[in-house]
Amino acid sequence: MKTFNYHAPKDVKEASKLASVNSAFLAGGMTSIPSIKLGLASYTDVIDIKHIRKLSGIKVAGKSLIIGSTTKHAEVASSKEVQKAIPSLAKLAGKIGDAQVRNRGTIGGSISNNDPSACYPSACMALNAIIHTNERKIKASDFFKGMFETALKKKEIIEAVEFQIPEKSDYQKHPNPASRYAIVGVYLAKYKDIVNVAVTGAKSCVYIDSDLSKKLSSNFSPSAIAGMKLDSSEMNSDIHASAEYRANLVLTYAKKAVEAC
Amino acid sequence: MASLVGSRVERKEDKKFLTGKGRYTADINITNQTYAVFVRSPHSRAKIQKIDVSKALRADGVVSILTGEEIAKDKIGGLIAGWAIRSQDGSEMKIPANPPLAKEHANFVGEPIAVVIAESLAEAKAAAELVNVDYKVLKGVVNTAEAMNGETIHEGIDKNLCYDWLLGDRKAVEEAFAKADKIIKVDLINNRLVPNAMEPRACVTDYNTASEEITLYTTSQNPHLSRLIMSAFGGVAPENKLRVVAPDVGGGFGSKINVYNEEIVCSWASKKIERPIKWVAERTESFLTDTHARDHVTHAELAVTKDGKFLGFKNETIANLGAYARVFATVTPTYLFGPCATGVYVIPAAYTNVKAVYTNTAPIDAYRGAGRPEATYTIERLVEKAAMELGIDKTELRMRNFPKQFPFKQTLVHTIDSGDYGAGLEKAKKMSDYDGFEARRKKSAANGKLRGIGVSSYFEACGIAPSAAVMSLGCGVGLWESAEVRFNPTGQISIYTGSHSHGQSHDTTFAQIAADELGVPMENIDVIHGDTDKGTFGMGTYGSRSLTVGGIAIVNACRKIVAKGKKVAAKMLEVSENEIDFKNGEFVALKSNKKKTIGEIAFALYLPGSRDSDFKSQLPDGMEPGLIETAFFDPANFSFPAGTHICEVEIDPETGEVKVEKYTAVDDFGRIVNPNIVEGQVHGGIAQGIGQALYENAQYDETGQLVTASYMDYTMPRADNFPEFNLGFTCTPATTNPLGVKGCGEAGAIASPPAVMNAVIDALGGQEISMPATAEKVWRACKSMKKSNYKAA
Repeated sequence: MKTFNYHAPKDVKEASKLASVNSAFLAGGMTSIPSIKLGLASYTDVIDIKHIRKLSGIKVAGKSLIIGSTTKHAEVASSKEVQKAIPSLAKLAGKIGDAQVRNRGTIGGSISNNDPSACYPSACMALNAIIHTNERKIKASDFFKGMFETALKKKEIIEAVEFQIPEKSDYQKHPNPASRYAIVGVYLAKYKDIVNVAVTGAKSCVYIDSDLSKKLSSNFSPSAIAGMKLDSSEMNSDIHASAEYRANLVLTYAKKAVEAC
Repeated sequence: MASLVGSRVERKEDKKFLTGKGRYTADINITNQTYAVFVRSPHSRAKIQKIDVSKALRADGVVSILTGEEIAKDKIGGLIAGWAIRSQDGSEMKIPANPPLAKEHANFVGEPIAVVIAESLAEAKAAAELVNVDYKVLKGVVNTAEAMNGETIHEGIDKNLCYDWLLGDRKAVEEAFAKADKIIKVDLINNRLVPNAMEPRACVTDYNTASEEITLYTTSQNPHLSRLIMSAFGGVAPENKLRVVAPDVGGGFGSKINVYNEEIVCSWASKKIERPIKWVAERTESFLTDTHARDHVTHAELAVTKDGKFLGFKNETIANLGAYARVFATVTPTYLFGPCATGVYVIPAAYTNVKAVYTNTAPIDAYRGAGRPEATYTIERLVEKAAMELGIDKTELRMRNFPKQFPFKQTLVHTIDSGDYGAGLEKAKKMSDYDGFEARRKKSAANGKLRGIGVSSYFEACGIAPSAAVMSLGCGVGLWESAEVRFNPTGQISIYTGSHSHGQSHDTTFAQIAADELGVPMENIDVIHGDTDKGTFGMGTYGSRSLTVGGIAIVNACRKIVAKGKKVAAKMLEVSENEIDFKNGEFVALKSNKKKTIGEIAFALYLPGSRDSDFKSQLPDGMEPGLIETAFFDPANFSFPAGTHICEVEIDPETGEVKVEKYTAVDDFGRIVNPNIVEGQVHGGIAQGIGQALYENAQYDETGQLVTASYMDYTMPRADNFPEFNLGFTCTPATTNPLGVKGCGEAGAIASPPAVMNAVIDALGGQEISMPATAEKVWRACKSMKKSNYKAA
């Protein structure tokens, strides 16, 4: 581990100012700390934003559920507001990692890292989330750019994630038995006129499966997608699962999600 | 006083471990200590052309950098194989040199090349990155089955073959096969595992310039054995100048039997730099360099008659040793494997042929069960397949082939003193509601799920071991155990044992048996182990031997205490020795009913002349004062626990996920000292066995890189992977020790992999898949089931 300067700014403005080419924002540290320890990442400055109060918290405003960026997974999982507004989101948060990770890891940290097998990005995509930063509001579909890549700029800090409350929704995950990240995670959200099926784990970045979404939008039943053949050509293949198996899991879990709604 | 043996006494260790008061090697810090970091080979096979340490030596805080050249110059010996195995042609096994720091060739990823010693860990790490090793990378030999066709790894060892070992009579087997109605065949892979003790390996070494003694604090299952090996083979220091302390050790499972490179290097280097050195493995180092486990490729056959009688058994196995042969590496796939491969059955003719091969992978050695899980997996897969092919109920087929009498002369080596395999099977059937399975299968099917049931009946040979027997099989040492019981003048007792406790709860179990023997409260007894400067010699803890060998040494030492006490009591009570009875801690004169407690006798032995006796000695003429007794126990035979485990799984054919729905284990461990502790051992063993069957798999890529070298990729089973285990016991006491006990530490890991796999394969309608039965593998099998329209039996 290389040494670095540690900062604990008191507000977002100060935090943003401290950012440089060689700095990193730190929230729960569930990815960045192990990366630094293993020598996979090194920074001159680490800017710890978890002490900035206004970044944490959960509230419902009209048809939206707004979660502050440093809100921990355990807080989302146990929140009465979340359980009432979007129960599947509480369920998702409750299945991330293990108890230690859920007590430290944050929603903002998860989505800004954009691990291809993280759970939260699929929720953002399916629930038409808007990412609020200190500079702008970004639609989820514009936010997740690629593997470990987002639309965030160097000095940009996520302040909150705003989810559009659906009529019905569910999250189904096939965890990697070792790491418990998603080998495949399927987030399904049903709105009045449209159904979104977002998939994580299967490809290099979270995505909306438009075929599944379209079929379910016109007929919200498992039979609408039964027997479909999903294209696995762009899917991940590794020691844990082949692309073909992942394609099967996407379809299977999409079906299970419909059944659960 | 009620007997403590057999009761659920709370663990004495709980307070220490549950309140975080354990003291592990990494907790030890010595004034002026330095820190070691090892430079390790990033290649599976490479020639070391040059090591340039000049830049690293100039780095901040560096104290010393040592390489294979210096260690060779100081004539420090390497790591050893403890058992000499002969090939079937009579030739000796082929053992390559295994220097503590590789000098010319690196033979697996992670093999230590140099050690960097610095004032701080950070400085040592930074400097280690500056050590420049010029490697000529060679093509590694990785695959077990292909190893004999690969390039020669060690000069002079043809075909990378350590030995080609045969146990049994091929001709008799061929004759038996000629008479068979059916031949059942299986091809099996016993997957490679990483032991993953919770505490990574570590050592702290401290050389005293005045006494010239080296103290080595280390994560060992057998400190005395480590000292012996380091002294006799390593030449690190004479035994009287080497103290090995294994304090609290957080699990071993066999991986901490060996003396490792780092312990030898740090001990030697501490003397060289005249400062203490600390080294603690990072988890990745544990994955790469702890001895791994299993890794067999087996073809086996069972000859049967149409009414299900077993006639003959063949076993052709290739066992991977990894890059070098370590302490129990050569015996694990031979005498710990072959004799047990005929299982709990009468099979008139059998043989096991094992070819042990070297590969460019981490060395493989004993791991919970060592050879016996592989044996049980082989025979129990065959038996289950035979039941399917013959259309005979799997429990009925087993019953038909169990021995009817004990002692049972097992086909190849062992004579099993006691057992009742039918009783165990019947009890397991009842507890698991075996007869109700078909109804449960139908219910699962109605929910679109596949349900399967698997049986595994096992015996194993543990409590290693009778010295004469094991030495005749090639063991380099005797496997007795010793104990010293010290009765203090004021009545407390210190028991020194050569067994080491790293999760086995010896403090409790040994105190229970000594309390019963001596008739004193358990609270008065302390068990001391893990330090070669404290107490007598010991061969350590492995092979489920602590209670059956170490525990019996304690019993015998206690009995010597009582025998001496009896003589003193006779004199004090003025009767002859044979008129004294010892019961509940009291010596009683039978006629007069006058008594002396064992505490009073101990006191008298330390204060032989008292005012009461006019300062005349109360001891019999010629008796030495003091009450300390030592016993060495060498068992007459192995102990042979046995039992039947029944597993029930449910598979979701859409995802291939396997859920263990029910797990029933019925074990015969003879007399049980502490049911809580034994149940804990069985739970742990089953967890490891289910881990092997469904989750764990150490995978190397074709270049010899370990691709599962972290918990992100290597699946350790977790509590939520298991159902509540349903445990039962039967008891046929061992006849070869005074307590009637049998080993219990490994049985769970021995019996469970075939129980789980038999259940999975049953659910898949007989389709064979290999361990671990991962979700994708099972999903593929489910798909082809649909295609062939196979209806489950």
